[in-house]
Amino acid sequence: MTTPMTISLSVNGERVDAQVLPRLNLADFLREHLHLTGTHVGCEHGICGACTVRLDGEIVRACLTLAVQAHGANVETIEGLSDNGELADLQRAFRDRNALQCGYCTPGMLIAAQDLLKQHSEPSREQIREHLSGNYCRCTGYQAIIDAVEVTARLRRSRVA
Amino acid sequence: MKAAAFAYRRATSVDDALDSLAAYGEKAKVLSGGQSLMPAMNLRLISPELIIDIGGIAELRGIAAKGDVLHIGALTRHVDLLSSPEIATCAPLLSKATAHVAHPAIRNRGTLGGSLAHADPAAELPACMVALDAVIVVRGRTGERRIAAVEFFQGIFQTTLSAEELLVAVELPVAQKKSACFFHEFARRHGDYALAGLAAQAVIEDDVFSDLRLAFFAVGDRPVLAGAATTLTNTAVTPMLLSKASEVLSKELDPQDDQQASSPMRRHLARVLLAHCVATLLGRPELRGGGV
Repeated sequence: MTTPMTISLSVNGERVDAQVLPRLNLADFLREHLHLTGTHVGCEHGICGACTVRLDGEIVRACLTLAVQAHGANVETIEGLSDNGELADLQRAFRDRNALQCGYCTPGMLIAAQDLLKQHSEPSREQIREHLSGNYCRCTGYQAIIDAVEVTARLRRSRVA
Repeated sequence: MKAAAFAYRRATSVDDALDSLAAYGEKAKVLSGGQSLMPAMNLRLISPELIIDIGGIAELRGIAAKGDVLHIGALTRHVDLLSSPEIATCAPLLSKATAHVAHPAIRNRGTLGGSLAHADPAAELPACMVALDAVIVVRGRTGERRIAAVEFFQGIFQTTLSAEELLVAVELPVAQKKSACFFHEFARRHGDYALAGLAAQAVIEDDVFSDLRLAFFAVGDRPVLAGAATTLTNTAVTPMLLSKASEVLSKELDPQDDQQASSPMRRHLARVLLAHCVATLLGRPELRGGGV
């Protein structure tokens, strides 16, 4: 049973069928089998948040999820969320505020921030900090990231109003 | 690092999982949310031959209050605990504590049963089980065992769960009208493992503790149910009495030294937590600095 297993899942809206070893984690599956390299691999033990993806609508650590566990699931990565425009305003705010330098943490940071903004239209800076507490950034010192999320929340509210 | 090779089975029922456990024993590991197991495997701290994925077993899910007992299935995720109105009403200590467990992405997958079976001495939920006097329900092929939380945790990553048993649920007494709870922990970063923490459940009548259960964590090899609580029970708490309880606590703890904190620092933090807890529960801010 250490032989490959068949999995079938949806990735960014496209049906994917694949043969994978049980030990393969979801981050490596996305990167190496599907060449979706926007999902970054940092610490590989759930600390840094660089591999954050959406699984059935909820954010998870792709490094702590086996590809075989995603069988039957709906996975969304930074590529899908960029292409469909869901994150466009947040990405613009990150650029405008210099909320990224090397960019390594950015895909995970964007997906985690969007998760918060879907749940809270008016998050406090403290709530933003807390929701992003599982995502490491080693460049920016976080203030610009929090600014970008805060300003995006404000712009989205004004658009709705 | 990457996990070493292993075989993988999706269990279809508890009995099916127990059959696999019986066949593989110590060579198998049960996968629920994987938020502690997968890091350990990726770091090659453990390399099981077989992973038994119980994630799809519906009978292990669900939260239900029946009479004065709250039943929580092992596969209940942290995020489910946080959003459950039953938990907020019947076991508010769990709602408070779960907000401190790791980060949203981890809480979306991590499970109550997984956390308890993993038995990290710095984890929040095992301490809550001890404070709440929970019963841990485990099942083997020969039947069910019901174990008091205080007996269940045996040491660092050690429980009374045998390699052929599965943790299926916990049962908690439903919080009564006069009960109150306190949860706090000190950590380097929000969501990190605590340097020292306290989960407390109390019954307060006429400003006196008629019951007080203080479960300290990250200050020993398992959650510590502090004997110091008896000093503060069924008597009016004075600053002098709190000092005495703090001394008793200091003597009964034997915290570990590691790169995060020294043993004396952890002991000091535990005493600070005790004073905060008593002051908060009794609504007497003047006790906050007591005994430290």
